[in-house]
Amino acid sequence: MFLTLITFLPIIGAFFLAFLPKENEGAIKQTALAVAAADFLLSLLLWTNFDNSTHKMQFEFNVSWIESWGINYHIGLDGISLLLYVMTTFLTMICIIASWDVKKHIREYMMAMLALSTGMLGVFISLDLFMFYVFWEFQLVPMYIIVGVWGGPRRIYAAVKFFIYTAVGSLLMLVAIIWIYFHIKETTGVATADILFITENISAPLDIQKWLWLAFFLAFAIKVPMFPFHTWLPDAHVEAPTAGSVILAGVLLKMGTYGFLRFNLPFFPQASYDFMPFIAWLSIIGIVYGALVAMVQEDLKKLVAYSSVSHLGFVMLGIFALNEYGIQGALIQNINHGISTGALFLLVGVIYDRRHTRMIKEFGGLSKQMPVYAICFMIAALSSIGLPGMNGFVGEFLVLLGIFQVNGLWAACATSGVILAACYILWMFQRVMFLELKNPENMKLKDINTRELITVVPLLILIFWIGLYPKPFMKTFDASVSHLVSKVSPDNFRPKKDHGSGGHHASLITKTELAKLNQKLQKTSHN
Amino acid sequence: MEPILAPDSIDLIALAPVLVLSVFAMGVLVLDLWAGKNKTLLMFVSLVGLLMTAISAFAKNPIPAFSFTDSYVVDHLSIFFICIFTLSSALTILLSKEYNDREGIKAGEYYALILLCTVGMIVLASATDMIMIFLGIEIVSICLYVLAGIKRDDSASNEAALKYFLLGAFATGFLLYGMTLVYGSTGSTNLFKIAEFVRTDGAQSNPLLLMGIVLLIIGFGFKVAAVPFHMWAPDVYQGSPTPVTAFMAVGPKAAAFAAFFRVFSEAIPEMAPSWEMLLCVVAVLSMFVGNLGAITQTNIKRMLAFSSISHAGYLLVAVISKSSLAGSGLLFYMLSYAFTTFGAFGIIILLGRKGEENLEIENYSGLAYKHPLLALSMTVFLLSLGGLPPFAGFVAKFYIFSAAIEEGFVTLVIIAVLNSAISFYYYLKVVVFMYMKEPAGDFQISLTPMTLFVIIIGIIGTIELGIYPDPIIALTSLR
Repeated sequence: MFLTLITFLPIIGAFFLAFLPKENEGAIKQTALAVAAADFLLSLLLWTNFDNSTHKMQFEFNVSWIESWGINYHIGLDGISLLLYVMTTFLTMICIIASWDVKKHIREYMMAMLALSTGMLGVFISLDLFMFYVFWEFQLVPMYIIVGVWGGPRRIYAAVKFFIYTAVGSLLMLVAIIWIYFHIKETTGVATADILFITENISAPLDIQKWLWLAFFLAFAIKVPMFPFHTWLPDAHVEAPTAGSVILAGVLLKMGTYGFLRFNLPFFPQASYDFMPFIAWLSIIGIVYGALVAMVQEDLKKLVAYSSVSHLGFVMLGIFALNEYGIQGALIQNINHGISTGALFLLVGVIYDRRHTRMIKEFGGLSKQMPVYAICFMIAALSSIGLPGMNGFVGEFLVLLGIFQVNGLWAACATSGVILAACYILWMFQRVMFLELKNPENMKLKDINTRELITVVPLLILIFWIGLYPKPFMKTFDASVSHLVSKVSPDNFRPKKDHGSGGHHASLITKTELAKLNQKLQKTSHN
Repeated sequence: MEPILAPDSIDLIALAPVLVLSVFAMGVLVLDLWAGKNKTLLMFVSLVGLLMTAISAFAKNPIPAFSFTDSYVVDHLSIFFICIFTLSSALTILLSKEYNDREGIKAGEYYALILLCTVGMIVLASATDMIMIFLGIEIVSICLYVLAGIKRDDSASNEAALKYFLLGAFATGFLLYGMTLVYGSTGSTNLFKIAEFVRTDGAQSNPLLLMGIVLLIIGFGFKVAAVPFHMWAPDVYQGSPTPVTAFMAVGPKAAAFAAFFRVFSEAIPEMAPSWEMLLCVVAVLSMFVGNLGAITQTNIKRMLAFSSISHAGYLLVAVISKSSLAGSGLLFYMLSYAFTTFGAFGIIILLGRKGEENLEIENYSGLAYKHPLLALSMTVFLLSLGGLPPFAGFVAKFYIFSAAIEEGFVTLVIIAVLNSAISFYYYLKVVVFMYMKEPAGDFQISLTPMTLFVIIIGIIGTIELGIYPDPIIALTSLR
């Protein structure tokens, strides 16, 4: 019940806002913030009550919803969803502070933000396919409105593209969901769409498994977005208002990767294994392509948007390493990307509010004019590169470690993405912050103000926290990941002979070695 | 054929809804003589009549009960459809009063025609005999021809009526010819006897019967506005008075689908291999033409006309699946479609001005900032039509697509869901205008109570069926 309360609190707040007078902007903003902050604090309470030692669902709640079809209102959190859930409430709060200066239709804006929050939270807690789909589609509407009403000049194009693109993918997933429903009904005699039950009992023949896998893949790959389904992302990011971009990068994209971990892997382990090279190469293309395209962008937001394509490539690669390091890396990188890219978008928003342009060539030498801003920007930028000691390093390192055990070539190709990231981020940083302060319009820019600092500093603290001491975060999903890996590990599907000869890297690592590696990892991150 | 009807086959209780409503329709006609210019009384009498009809639908017990030598049936399908019909007619009447005052439609027979049309729909949904089906279709059609042209001094309305009448008469011809051929090759007009004949005599490849089925598809296809028999729909929808448009989009269409479903799932399911492909093509064409056609429209009534063509395509998926799950899905879909469509047309009526003006999508610019609740309601209706959760349209589509997937029509469903994605484009176009453009002028909306009432019912229905559909699903799946 508690989880239900936290999930629906924002939308209740949105209803409440509807009754506030339009003119009273202060009260509207404060109410929205109060709701979001309360939601965040309550979700922290979930975290403290979370039992790290089990992979089982916690805070479960299950009541019948559509009894005739065996569809339940079934919610719960496990290690895979907990951090994403908390990050959603956290970023919603940050975004509401960041939107303090929105002038146009502030009440509707805050209502959309809060409704969006409920939609996203619902996706992460749903344990029933039907319910998952409802939330998955529902959150499109507020995001569509946020981009379309408060966005930039080409906002309508971007909003419609975002909506249609995502809808196409998810509708095909709907077909797969219905198919699975009848398949389960036929094989087990139980009419249900319960995710846990399906995970245990699904047993489709391989060729059908592959089709179903592809249907889910399309929905999630568009959301992530993976190359070549990424084209909606730069448009949506560039046109969205700052807070919209933060939510989009921080949470919406994570719904895609979450989908892979919750559905594709556990439902169709064999198909996942068969499609592994295919995903790996798409991810690698995404990593390199995203980085190369980011390098030539003239618009700061577009640059960050393409860097997202590149970073999400790492996450996907980690997931499809199908071993513990890879998936742990992917999960922590999910969080990292939300934090560092979120911070970058917020910071880009700061100068956009002052100059109403994001073109790199308009800037230069800002570090003299806005020193505090430059420091914040630097931290976020370096974390995005993955500098040791910061959060990006932990995630990328784990992902690369995981994928190296599978295929050295893939790891090598992916590593080039880290180098390219350094190129485009540092080059951008140089052009914006250093060089000469030539443009007269930049001479009178004010430094970052307190409200903006309040939005950015928590993210910067998290950057160092995860970078130096990731354990509190990592340990939440340890149990869930080992359970998932035990089910999807490629060893389950490889022909028998491989087992005996130990031809595979991953199987050579014993428990003691694992422990040693873990220690090393923590040492490196401490340094 | 029996020379004389045995007395016990005349079952007045089974026929109660038809009788009650006919009496009320005649009563309204007579009352009109005394009512003078104020038609409020007629409206109330009609509403009471519809309520009584809905109640009398439950009079027959136990069900299913056949009467009139197996040509009329009271079963769950027909009772549920009667509820949908009375609901949609009641909503039409509620929408009409204020609209008619504004547009100067003074004809008192307006209400009587709607009631008579409803009688036809009830006959159509309860018929298990070709002759009865034909009777129902004719009652419905003739009322609709008149209703479409009831604005006598408006050329668009006249055009709509004439076009509808000419093409409709033509289609009735096809339908009747189809029925004759089926009768000729099976020796009966009764759906169950036809089914039995097909089953035992193996008439599957009888060319006359096949020809008859093709003609039946053409006839029904016209009545439900499926492609390629849809040409009349956009013009008729645009030209008719708006409440009549809403009425046509829901009631008569539901009735035609009821008969369509009955004929194909009860009389000739054995011949499915020969008509399945044909109906699939019609369904797919309806979806594509409807959705692609709607994209280019600038008039909102025309856009909804094309959208209703595409909905005919989705509903045909249920006819093709022909399982009992599909039948239940059809019921649920029609009910949710009724709530959503009447709500949307209610808003169109509120925003319209005298002389059918203010119906361009552009005129909705910036509505969200002048009348936020109206804009929000319209958004809910449009998204529900598109099939977005958590609204009724989503559950309805889920229902029908489930039935189709259970029967193995996966490709058809994939085409249908892709079409849903296309449809979002034009539904969202209206949302774009309402939320993302600046207001072009004043809206001058007079928030008339009865129209608002219909919109509120629409909203409640759309959201209730989307969020907690279980009770209705349980009702639809009673068999």
